[in-house]
Amino acid sequence: MTATAPANKKVGWSVINLIVILYALIPVLWIVSLSFKTADTISDGNFIPRSWTWSNYAQIFQIDLFTSALRNSIGIAIISTVIAVVIGTMAAYAIARLDFPGKKALVGVSLLIAMFPQISLVSPLFDIERAVGLFDTWPGLILPYITFALPLAIYTLSAFFREIPWELEKAAKMDGATPLQAFRSVIVPLAAPGVFTTAILVFIFCWNDFLFAVSLTSTSRSQTATVAISQFTGASQFAEPTGSIAAAAVLLTIPIIIFVLFFQRRIVAGLTSGAVKG
Amino acid sequence: MADIVLDHVYKRYPDGTLGADDVNIEIADGEFIILVGPSGCGKSTTLNMIAGLEDISDGELRIGGTRVNEKAPKDRDIAMVFQSYALYPHMTVRENMGFPLKLAKWSKADIDKKVTEAAEILDLTQHLDRKPANMSGGQRQRVAMGRAIVRSPKAFLMDEPLSNLDAKLRVQMRTMVSKLQQRLETTTVYVTHDQTEAMTLGDRIVVMKSGVVQQIGSPQHLYDQPANLFVAGFIGSPSMNFVPGTLENGGLRTSLGNLRMPDHIRRVLEAADAPREIIVGIRPEHFEDAGVVEDHLRDTGSVFSAEVDVLESMGSDKFAYFKIEGERAMSDDLAQLEADAGTADVPDGGGQLVTRLSAASTAREGQSSEVWVDTDKMQIFDPHSGANLTSRDPATANA
Ligand SMILES: Nc1ncnc2c1ncn2[C@@H]1O[C@H](COP(=O)(O)OP(=O)(O)O)[C@@H](O)[C@H]1O
Ligand SMILES: [Mg+2]
Repeated sequence: MTATAPANKKVGWSVINLIVILYALIPVLWIVSLSFKTADTISDGNFIPRSWTWSNYAQIFQIDLFTSALRNSIGIAIISTVIAVVIGTMAAYAIARLDFPGKKALVGVSLLIAMFPQISLVSPLFDIERAVGLFDTWPGLILPYITFALPLAIYTLSAFFREIPWELEKAAKMDGATPLQAFRSVIVPLAAPGVFTTAILVFIFCWNDFLFAVSLTSTSRSQTATVAISQFTGASQFAEPTGSIAAAAVLLTIPIIIFVLFFQRRIVAGLTSGAVKG
Repeated sequence: MADIVLDHVYKRYPDGTLGADDVNIEIADGEFIILVGPSGCGKSTTLNMIAGLEDISDGELRIGGTRVNEKAPKDRDIAMVFQSYALYPHMTVRENMGFPLKLAKWSKADIDKKVTEAAEILDLTQHLDRKPANMSGGQRQRVAMGRAIVRSPKAFLMDEPLSNLDAKLRVQMRTMVSKLQQRLETTTVYVTHDQTEAMTLGDRIVVMKSGVVQQIGSPQHLYDQPANLFVAGFIGSPSMNFVPGTLENGGLRTSLGNLRMPDHIRRVLEAADAPREIIVGIRPEHFEDAGVVEDHLRDTGSVFSAEVDVLESMGSDKFAYFKIEGERAMSDDLAQLEADAGTADVPDGGGQLVTRLSAASTAREGQSSEVWVDTDKMQIFDPHSGANLTSRDPATANA
């Protein structure tokens, strides 16, 4: 009886896990399946394609717009992520460690930005960017991305900073470190899991954005992949570009998967254990 | 190496708390000095001001003769060991210990040599490539020490470095710290709330209470000549017994009965213009079973009889606890000591008398026993100021 109780519990959890995983994964697999189907079987409703083809993938790379859009997406997302994480790290550190006048107001304002409906900013941003010449440029997207990613970055990071024992910093100071050295060689390495988590979240936010990208760009100069996909056309006016869209969507998830896998190894829980007696 | 001087140093925290109140300490080059006192008395505050981790509100701090108030910790050339060890969890033991040298831009080879040397002293050689997370408390503690000694700083500061260790390890590490300090001959300021640690380690002890230095002196001096009730009650284990007394017609009446008043005490009390109501302090070892006291000594003390409450035989001697009737000695200092020890509301009407009797004593639990007290050794305190009226130490009788 006592032996079966935990076993039952285990089975119960496994079933729940399975349901959640299937729920999340089936649409993804469906898209993958669509991307490998030939044009005439695409709407046959089979989960496993009856005839496989790479042509959807081959096709999208023949669209110039898509390759340039992929380049734009990668460039813009990486630059935005790096800048947002660097600024966010410093801001979060200040918020977690220092007591300065206006700290509460600062935190409040950044929260406000996060809550602000982005759609309401689209037309003013459009006008502003047109006026200052940022429309349809990389900086024209990077700037709003940083703005909206920063509150997220600051929030996640300051939670991580608060976990780092303050004594470590004092110890670094006593060991002869300048405040900057202490920050760089002690605090940042310890906050690394937080930094990487934040980087992933910010990257995904920038990578997936459609609203700003579609409103603030117009040509291949800065159009991102999400926008390019929306502008795919079929072989004829009446053919739906379902296969190409599916292939492009699969391609778009690959960088995120790589990004997550790459950084996940660094997100080691309990990195700070052993710093101070627990 | 250098001397450290705290010259009328104050620390006022932003919320108004006075963490250090006119602290004056002169620490000689190579000296091992202990800051001791109950929790919250300002030990860490004082240490952090020496370290440069806390600003000094007022007064001057000199290290090696130069004022360092405005210098950042890294420019003071002082190493510190924290209660929590504060090891860098992402670095190996080797990297932890080499960190100060790396910051000082030593060459790799020199760092390696120095770290290996320190690891040998601290018996850490086989752990050099481990991370702190999977080391025991004692090992982490030694790594923290190692990080402090590698760069041969002007002084070591240690804030309760042993208080996270279990009792047995603490005793071992105490010896290690003491040997290490003797070997390196580096000025050391060591903070602890444990009077045993203070007594066994230090060349000199600074007793603090509420940010104020109560007395500075060698362990023996503080034990024999406490400046006030606070020091008297804090130093020594088991602690000094305090009984209220009344000075009358040249005699001394207490709840232990009338005690003989030695001439030297009478003279000092007269000179000090002692109040009528006083507190008598007697250390446990200044009692003896009246049956085993040699005859010629009997007259230098007084004998009273009381019922033995609890008797603990330690083999070499016996601790006898007596219940004494009547009032308990009352003073601010004593109240604070009791609050610190957590015995403030132990329910015993009068008070308890702790005595250390020789092993030959015939005292029995629950039976009345004749006890002799060496009145030559008693100390008389003013209940209001707490000052020791019998202290032969004018320099410290100012608290
Ligand atoms: N940052 C601070 N702000 C306000 N008060 C403080 C601060 N740090 C310590 N104190 C107060 O100063 C007094 C001395 O503290 P501390 O030096 O840490 O004592 P100890 O180390 O002897 O236990 C305490 O009353 C404490 O509450
Ligand atoms: Mg402290």
